[in-house]
Amino acid sequence: MSDEGKPAVEMVDIQIDGKWHKVPKGTRMIEACRQAGVEVPHYCYHPKLTSPGNCRMCLVEMGMPARPRPGEDPPQPDEDGHLPISWMPRPVIACANTVAPNMGIRTESDLTHACRQGVMELLLINHPLDCPICDQAGECSLQEFSVEHGNGGSRFREQKVKKPKNVDIGPRIRLDDERCIMCSRCIRFTDEIADDPVLGFTDRGSHTTLTVHPGQQLANNYSLNTVDICPVGALTSNDFRFQMRVWFLKETESLCTSCGRGCNVTIGSREDKVFRMTPRENNDVNSAWMCDQGRLNFHYLASDLRLTDPLIRVDGKHEAATWAEAIRVSSEALGRCQPNEIALIASGRMTNEELFMARRLASVMKTEFVDIVPRNGEADDYLVAADKNPNTTGAKLILGIDEPGKALEEIRKGIAQGRIKALVVLQENLIDDAGFTAEELGKLDFVLHTYPLANPTADAADVVLPGAAFSEKRGSMINVTGRLQRLNRATDGPGQTLETWEIVRDLIQALGGGNGIYLVEDVFKQLAAEVSEFEGLSLSKIGSLGIPLVETGETVPLLAREQERIAKGIIVG
Amino acid sequence: MAIVVKRPKLKWWEQLYLPGIIKGLGITLRHFFKSVGGSGSVTMQYPEEKWNDHLPEHYRGAPALVTDEQDRERCVSCQLCEFICPPRAITIIPEEIPSDDQWAKVEKRPKKFEIDMIRCIYCGLCEEVCPEQAIYLRKDYSITGLTRGEMVHDKEKLYEIGGKRVGLVNKWNELK
Amino acid sequence: MDWTFLVISVVKIIGLVFLTILPMVAYSVWAERRVSAAIQDRVGPNRVGFAGLLQPMADGLKFILKEDLTPGHVRKFYYWLAPALTMVPALLTCAVLPFGSRMFGEKMVIADLDVGPLFVFAIASLSVYGIVLAGWASNSKYPFFGGVRSTSQMISYEISLGLSIVPLLMIFGTLNLGEIVQYQAKNGWTLLPLWGEGLSLQGMLLAIPMLISFVIFTTSVFAETNRLPFDLPECETELVAGYHTEYSSMKFALFFLGEYAAMIIGSGLAVTLFLGGWSLPFGWLAPDSTTAEVPWWHGLIHIGVFFAKVIAFILFFIWVRWSLPRFRYDQLMRLGWVFFFEIAVANVVLTAVIMMFFK
Repeated sequence: MSDEGKPAVEMVDIQIDGKWHKVPKGTRMIEACRQAGVEVPHYCYHPKLTSPGNCRMCLVEMGMPARPRPGEDPPQPDEDGHLPISWMPRPVIACANTVAPNMGIRTESDLTHACRQGVMELLLINHPLDCPICDQAGECSLQEFSVEHGNGGSRFREQKVKKPKNVDIGPRIRLDDERCIMCSRCIRFTDEIADDPVLGFTDRGSHTTLTVHPGQQLANNYSLNTVDICPVGALTSNDFRFQMRVWFLKETESLCTSCGRGCNVTIGSREDKVFRMTPRENNDVNSAWMCDQGRLNFHYLASDLRLTDPLIRVDGKHEAATWAEAIRVSSEALGRCQPNEIALIASGRMTNEELFMARRLASVMKTEFVDIVPRNGEADDYLVAADKNPNTTGAKLILGIDEPGKALEEIRKGIAQGRIKALVVLQENLIDDAGFTAEELGKLDFVLHTYPLANPTADAADVVLPGAAFSEKRGSMINVTGRLQRLNRATDGPGQTLETWEIVRDLIQALGGGNGIYLVEDVFKQLAAEVSEFEGLSLSKIGSLGIPLVETGETVPLLAREQERIAKGIIVG
Repeated sequence: MAIVVKRPKLKWWEQLYLPGIIKGLGITLRHFFKSVGGSGSVTMQYPEEKWNDHLPEHYRGAPALVTDEQDRERCVSCQLCEFICPPRAITIIPEEIPSDDQWAKVEKRPKKFEIDMIRCIYCGLCEEVCPEQAIYLRKDYSITGLTRGEMVHDKEKLYEIGGKRVGLVNKWNELK
Repeated sequence: MDWTFLVISVVKIIGLVFLTILPMVAYSVWAERRVSAAIQDRVGPNRVGFAGLLQPMADGLKFILKEDLTPGHVRKFYYWLAPALTMVPALLTCAVLPFGSRMFGEKMVIADLDVGPLFVFAIASLSVYGIVLAGWASNSKYPFFGGVRSTSQMISYEISLGLSIVPLLMIFGTLNLGEIVQYQAKNGWTLLPLWGEGLSLQGMLLAIPMLISFVIFTTSVFAETNRLPFDLPECETELVAGYHTEYSSMKFALFFLGEYAAMIIGSGLAVTLFLGGWSLPFGWLAPDSTTAEVPWWHGLIHIGVFFAKVIAFILFFIWVRWSLPRFRYDQLMRLGWVFFFEIAVANVVLTAVIMMFFK
């Protein structure tokens, strides 16, 4: 968010742990501390949600300039203009209070330490000792703060309160009430963000229990975000449950490719297997959330249907071949065709680099028939975009397509008339997703197909090449709002899988086009040189949060509401 | 500043070294005759004689999984041993215990638990780190096999070596 | 040259070299391992045959069956030549060793040369070529260091080795080893002059320079055979295995056996020069002269006595090896050039003085 056009915010001087800082007026104390590089431990506070202040973990000491007694001289400022601070005897919560001029905050005093120790002791009274089986272990705030601020032992001698465990509260979520520390983040999320207020507390005191409304389920498309924001292991994902301990996961910053939103994600993988995707905060794309549908759309990466070797059809049957062989067969078949006898169908799921290589291929093959398969669906009022292709914007820019899918009809017509003799299908399943039939494809002399999975189009193709899926490649994509963002490689593809740009590069080379391309950075360099929108950019300049590239007029409903709430001061944002 | 080692001042006969050499030869000769006489050698004739009965209580042999008094497998597959294992000998795939199982309340158990005994260095960190007292280094020390596959101990083999171990903390058994 | 002489020589060569020295080499390896084990309170090889007595066979079989690897970076011709050059001189020197008095009228020595010790030194000094060539041809740093060290060490100690026996030759007045032994049989061993001429004042006094000669000679033999405490050419702690690092299989075995063969020959020479060779103490069963007839069983006893002495000396070699630590290289050179060389020269003068003034 740029600050241009906004009225200048008044800055105030505050003292944090003895040092003076300038922060905008109205900042929450906890945020001011964060800006000063001091983390105040907290459970219930979340910048995207309202602050009820119920966990009491963020208690800090606060002080203000003393008001003079009647008849006393007002206190004199020191040479820097700061007034002496008189500290309050009781602590305050840092998450719900805002800073004031000349305020003092102590985060590391004896009092705050004692407060944290006390809060931790009370939170742990009824907490079960099942860290060995708890999925949150390793990324659990309770564990972390217990080590940092808690007591080594327990003074509790009574029976722990028993609560429901392993409760099924929704199709994707499991609840363990004994682990819950009543921070209410999940309740606030379902109420404020997902507009599906099905969660709530029942009973009182140490018997307080998080529960789902009778007869209802936490089943909305954003439910798994509650697992992310749960500071403990009370809410766990059925999908990730007991799959892998989080400390084994390698975290790779990447994108969700299930729709045009391009939500920023962190891919958690171990030994070339993706175990989970979690949203990564990007206030221009997905705030801190993502939909369940996109989040769980990675299981096909480890599917049995994955293609692992290049296949060449010999006498009606596909046989495994080497890359060199497959490329040679393909280039020979394609080289026999005259200009405009070949059609190239690329995909809106390909990265900009791959699309650029496809464009090169089209010019080497001298064909005008180039298109992608459009994929439109329902948008919701939060994050899900109607365009289910993650990179339609990029395909339009790079391939010069105005209306995706328009040329497909022409290509089909050409195939029917026999004008088009060969088809190159990159990362698309024509039969299932574009209405092509196996008979149509059978009419062609040669069909080259790259795809991560076995599919009906592959059955009809002459050469099938294993193309990498989204977690197996580096590259960039442009989302529906025109933001250029970067994918990173989290895993290696199975078998001999190659990234599509590598396949196309080899094909271009075999067809006689020079390249000098060895790295995906080289592709981007040439892309930046040939497509004006990318001028002056490189993969590294995109950064982890992406940069706005083109104007599409699209807005994100969820972000609009978030802005509203920030403006009202309900949340920090 | 270099450290100056003060060398002892030797007498003239010591400088000849001959007395020293003869003294040394005397020592080795004494050991020679002691060994030949049959009382000196401390060697253990390995395949016939084994350590089995003489192993100290703290001996670290092959790591193995143990069950408790009620034959519950103690391991809940928290994977801490897999994490701590310096040579990465341990591989665990966890699974959820089905709800109709007697120990369903424990929720989690290892589906696969393998220790590659070619990699294992018998350091005992797995035993040290285990929060469930489920893995112990037993006294089995001559782990051999003809193939690499044989040297990978699977769950069954690990429980076979480990056996039952009683008198440990049983936090799960007391749960409702 | 007549046929009888040839046949007898061949019999002697086969009998001594192939039937005696080579098995002794094999069993001195076994003895080395067993004795070192005993010294270190261990057991040693005791599995193959009774008390491990077949261990040398097993070792030999293993050496033959092992892959004979010639690394790509070596100079092939010299690399192959070097092991032979180590083994052959060691065995050649035994030609002049009198291993018995006489049997059936034949002198128990392969070649009754009148320049015995000189021949031994001449041939033994060739074995340095084996080591130098091995070190150089291996074309690798540790063997190279080993070769260089070996050269300087062997050249240095050859001088004191040669000088140490000059006093002996002055006393005996001959270079024929058979006559030297005969002299000792009649007039007391060099180190034990307790009968015959040895009982004279001169004989008793000469025992002092003889003892000095013996110490220098023995030490130098240790150095010449590259055995501890002088095994710097192959010291494991610094040079991996020194000059034979790049060798394997039988080629390595040749180096290994060469060292033990040299040890046996060195022992034989020491026994011949200082401990009366084949003779029994106090003139027992000693023939009157080198040409006198002796009963065949006397000859047999003399052969037995000679080898008993040699074996005892080999055990002394082993005992020393497992008792003393290795020298530092500068200490080794200092000992050779600054002490032994001077002492040996002084010893010659001392002997001459005694021979001159105490007739």
